Amino acid sequence: MSLLLDRLGQRIPDLYPEWTEPGTPPPGQPRLLTLERFMEEGAPAAAAVLLPNTANVLSLPASVLACPLLVLDYPAFADGRAYSQARLLSRNGRYSGELRARGGAVVYDQLRMLKICCFTQFLLRADQDDEACSLLLSSTATR
Amino acid sequence: MYRYNQQDQAGVDARVAEFRDQTARYLAGSLSADEFRHLRLRNGLYVQRFAPMLRVSIPYGLLSSKQMRMLAHIARKYDKGYGHFTTRQNIQYNWPKLETVPDILADLATVEMHAIQTSGNCIRNITSDPLAGAARDELVDPRPYCELTRHWATFHPEFNWLPRKFKLAFSATTSDRAATRVHDIGIHIVRNAAGELGYEVYVGGGLGRTPIIGQKIRDFLPEADLLSYCEAILRIYNLLGRRDNIYKARIKILVKEMGLAAFAEQVEAEWQRIKDGPLKLQAGQLEAMKAHFGSFHYDASAAADQSYAQRLERDSAFAAWTKRNLQPHRVDGYHLVFLSLKARGVAPGDVDAAQMDAIADLADRYSFGELRATHNQNLVLADVRQQDLYPLWQELVRLNLATPNIGLLTDVICCPGLDFCSLSNASSIAVAEEIFDRFESLDYQHDIGEIKLNMSGCMNGCGHHSVGHIGVLGVDKKGEEWYQITLGGSSGNDASLGDRTGPSVERAHIADAIQTLVETYLELRLNEDESFLDCYRRVGMPAYKRRLYPEAA
Ligand code: SF4
Repeated sequence: MSLLLDRLGQRIPDLYPEWTEPGTPPPGQPRLLTLERFMEEGAPAAAAVLLPNTANVLSLPASVLACPLLVLDYPAFADGRAYSQARLLSRNGRYSGELRARGGAVVYDQLRMLKICCFTQFLLRADQDDEACSLLLSSTATR
Repeated sequence: MYRYNQQDQAGVDARVAEFRDQTARYLAGSLSADEFRHLRLRNGLYVQRFAPMLRVSIPYGLLSSKQMRMLAHIARKYDKGYGHFTTRQNIQYNWPKLETVPDILADLATVEMHAIQTSGNCIRNITSDPLAGAARDELVDPRPYCELTRHWATFHPEFNWLPRKFKLAFSATTSDRAATRVHDIGIHIVRNAAGELGYEVYVGGGLGRTPIIGQKIRDFLPEADLLSYCEAILRIYNLLGRRDNIYKARIKILVKEMGLAAFAEQVEAEWQRIKDGPLKLQAGQLEAMKAHFGSFHYDASAAADQSYAQRLERDSAFAAWTKRNLQPHRVDGYHLVFLSLKARGVAPGDVDAAQMDAIADLADRYSFGELRATHNQNLVLADVRQQDLYPLWQELVRLNLATPNIGLLTDVICCPGLDFCSLSNASSIAVAEEIFDRFESLDYQHDIGEIKLNMSGCMNGCGHHSVGHIGVLGVDKKGEEWYQITLGGSSGNDASLGDRTGPSVERAHIADAIQTLVETYLELRLNEDESFLDCYRRVGMPAYKRRLYPEAA
């Protein structure tokens, strides 16, 4: 079971379970949708969006930037594209909601860099030592 | 030279602790081999043919005598008593034990050194002119700019997981001694027509499987915009560089596939958004950094010395050495001195611990306690008074560091090849040795003049074969060692890639082949002033080809 931590290393509940079924999620229910689904469904309210790491985050529609949560993806341990996406999104308050990292790089050895690059939530990879990760986040200052 | 502040030291110390923890977790089985590989690479640790290899960073090649003594200590305590200087001004140890690497890094940290980002897909050591600050032909000292860039690049949280490795080099002269155009970013510090300092920026150069000469992406970038512009390039590369094929992942392929204009447009757009942000260099920042460099008290009476002229007259061996191994210094009465690491029977770039200690002493005695490593895998004492040249030379002779061959045929650039590297197809060091034997007669070498012979054991091109005037590349033919030869490469301001001569040459004939090419040049050249490279550029390949492959004619 993957743990979700906030910037201070506190465990937090995941309010946006991923919606993978066909059809629109019930209105008003917080869900995580892929960018593609989100656009198809006409940008439903209360939805969070999962961005592929190939998305050009500078050309996202306003509806995406208005989401309460954006999730950036690390498909592999050594694929660092989402670091730059995070920087671009958080720069100059362009996006001010929660920014979550998930995937192969959300591990103890990269948490510090993720936090410095402005992520606010961390969905730990399932094999991680959550105590150690929590402690590390709590002691990492952002620059 | 630049000294760490408290924050720098804390960062390096924390990194040692972090790597110690990572190594322990790997050895205990809780960190996977694949993830540990990525992490250890970012701390300079490779696993080679026989043993791990540790590459230690030497920012822009500059070392203090104290640091050199530490390198000697490490060679003795943790390795087999020697180290190998590389084409990127770093030093490598070929025999450390994995478990001891955290201790090595801790020892390095005590003298403000580290192995951070010396490999892996991140921003590597910043390299520059090994004669920086002392050369007569430089516009300004590039090292303060290098150091500011190093600060920006080290621990950059966004660019630690790039598609592929990323190398920057600086030059501030018209004779590029840092091979900037075969770097991912090459920066030439220049003055514009209005007299302002700034940079000419090249992007997308690189060697390896697909060697490419960097293209100019900006004619003039204002001085204050160095870091923001680099950041813009890196960001575009991190987002758009290919990750599906390791051989197409360098920025050179991205620039080639997008086209320079389209790539530059994206960089420019991103740069416009960040150029007035926190990365903009403030006047005070540059001035403060400049104060770290070149503040030596030169002896005003150095040029008045008479002994040097007398020694030159009386000792022809000394005179021969001064002709080859010195460069003019910007201060009268001082010289830049090259220590040749290309002696007979020594692998190019290798120095043993006793030599390192002795060199450190010489640096203290004769050159303000500093020395430099060069792109050509030699060392330099940059600030030697002319009256000290003779005693220095005598000591260097004793240390086997006075071979008067700088810039000549036996001053080869050569990768560790078959002897150490698991990727090698063919021996490079052994061939270098054979060439040494063949051309050892210095008169003959002097007659040939300036020539760059570069050798790599495989396509990765660590020996920069593609930019050698003569390039030699080891290839594997059904398990046998063969060599592909190229002519006409250059890494100078007139950078070019070598052209292949034709079919590769077998091991037994490689030294003959090089001799044939050199003899052909000696016959074809207009006069002694026409270098091998100039001559090749004038007459072209066919004449060389006819001589190299007579059976095909
Ligand atoms: S060129 Fe090839 S053989 Fe030589 S060091 Fe590089 S990878 Fe190894």
